[in-house]
Amino acid sequence: MPGELVVEKIENGTVIDHIPAGLGLKVIGMLKIPRSSKAALLLNVPSKRMGSKDILKVSGKQLDEKELSKIALVAPAATLNVIRDGAVVEKASVRLPKELKGVAKCPNPNCVTNHERVEPKFGQEEGGKFRCEYCEMVFEAGELIL
Amino acid sequence: MLKGRDVVSIRDIAKSDIELLLRRAEEMEAGLVAGTPPDSLRGKIVSTVFFEPSTRTKMCFQAAVKRLGGQILNLTSVQASSMKKGESLSDTLRIIDGYSDMVIIRHALDGSARYAADICAHPVINAGDGGNQHPTQTLLDLYAIRRMKGRIDGLDVFLVGDLKHARTMKSLLYGLALFKARVTLVSPQGLEMNPKVVEEVRGKFKAEVAESGALDLKQADVAYVCRVQKERFADPYEAELAQKKFMVTTESLKGAKGDLVLLHPLPKVDEIAPEIDGTKHAKYFEQARLGVPMRMALMAEVLGV
Repeated sequence: MPGELVVEKIENGTVIDHIPAGLGLKVIGMLKIPRSSKAALLLNVPSKRMGSKDILKVSGKQLDEKELSKIALVAPAATLNVIRDGAVVEKASVRLPKELKGVAKCPNPNCVTNHERVEPKFGQEEGGKFRCEYCEMVFEAGELIL
Repeated sequence: MLKGRDVVSIRDIAKSDIELLLRRAEEMEAGLVAGTPPDSLRGKIVSTVFFEPSTRTKMCFQAAVKRLGGQILNLTSVQASSMKKGESLSDTLRIIDGYSDMVIIRHALDGSARYAADICAHPVINAGDGGNQHPTQTLLDLYAIRRMKGRIDGLDVFLVGDLKHARTMKSLLYGLALFKARVTLVSPQGLEMNPKVVEEVRGKFKAEVAESGALDLKQADVAYVCRVQKERFADPYEAELAQKKFMVTTESLKGAKGDLVLLHPLPKVDEIAPEIDGTKHAKYFEQARLGVPMRMALMAEVLGV
């Protein structure tokens, strides 16, 4: 179709779909992408469900637990497609974990985790909020500092 | 069971453990009155590590240790420690932990007591971590209320003052909700309790928590007053205005119940008029005294002696 951008398929890697439009750059910034990988970030792609969305394709990359948790905090509706030998072998939605360890920083500037060498930890509360295990303050998922 | 545990937050302590502590504090108080407190801490060393100023909490803990026959190691401030030479907080705590059977800590950072508990092998008791928690103050407050009113459940307890900054109020609200008291939060505009904390106790305990911007104590069985923390204000004049508006005076006690109990975590500055000290309502000095048997009870339970 004229004017349409074409991004080649990836043989092995991960496609992160249904990222809310405008958050793709934030998501790519949170991932450790190997120098040898090819990556394509598509912005404002038309979507029946979301109106418009961002999509990230990364070759040669499997997401680890921390990366999945970070994506869940930023884009809880995102979906993952794991690609092997050119075929989708796994489809999944990201899920907010019950516990976050070393994933996000505490937004409370007086929290000890922002002053001492300590891994921030958050436990999930009712309503998808998170409580800092140190300063005990409760935050919305989107308030945590990535 | 509190044996061997850290006491970092009132949220960590089960109601059954608090009830046990209330009973044990009564026994300790009876022992003190009779002049025969148990020597449960004989041979034990307790370190008091206070990085922030304190009169009551520190001296109360030290008195409680001595009454139980224990020994105290005391670190007074960063200035008086190797932290002045650049030693980290974690290293300082590891060293102190190696010398002690229990570590009692106060520090300006929120969550510092939990951090200390991660580091220390021996039990850590939080004596105030920034604006977060002060669980032993809450324990002594619950003990004082029950001693003075005979119960906690069903009482109308008014928390008055700077509810935004006072860690004692946050811990106490949780404790009162746990014991089914009806709580009214009275604070100047801008100094209200964190709404997330109020929401939590309402949801978790189905607690009755009302909020008011006016100092009207007619319905109160207990009024718990705290100072406006002027050191946390950018503009001292604003702090002054907030304090004046919520000062408890003989005028503001007109129409109050005859057996109203006035409590305060102390230090008090301008929030209670001096003439109130001599009235039957003023119970804050007795409240401070009751901290000794409660802290004796807590340390004995935690050390399992």
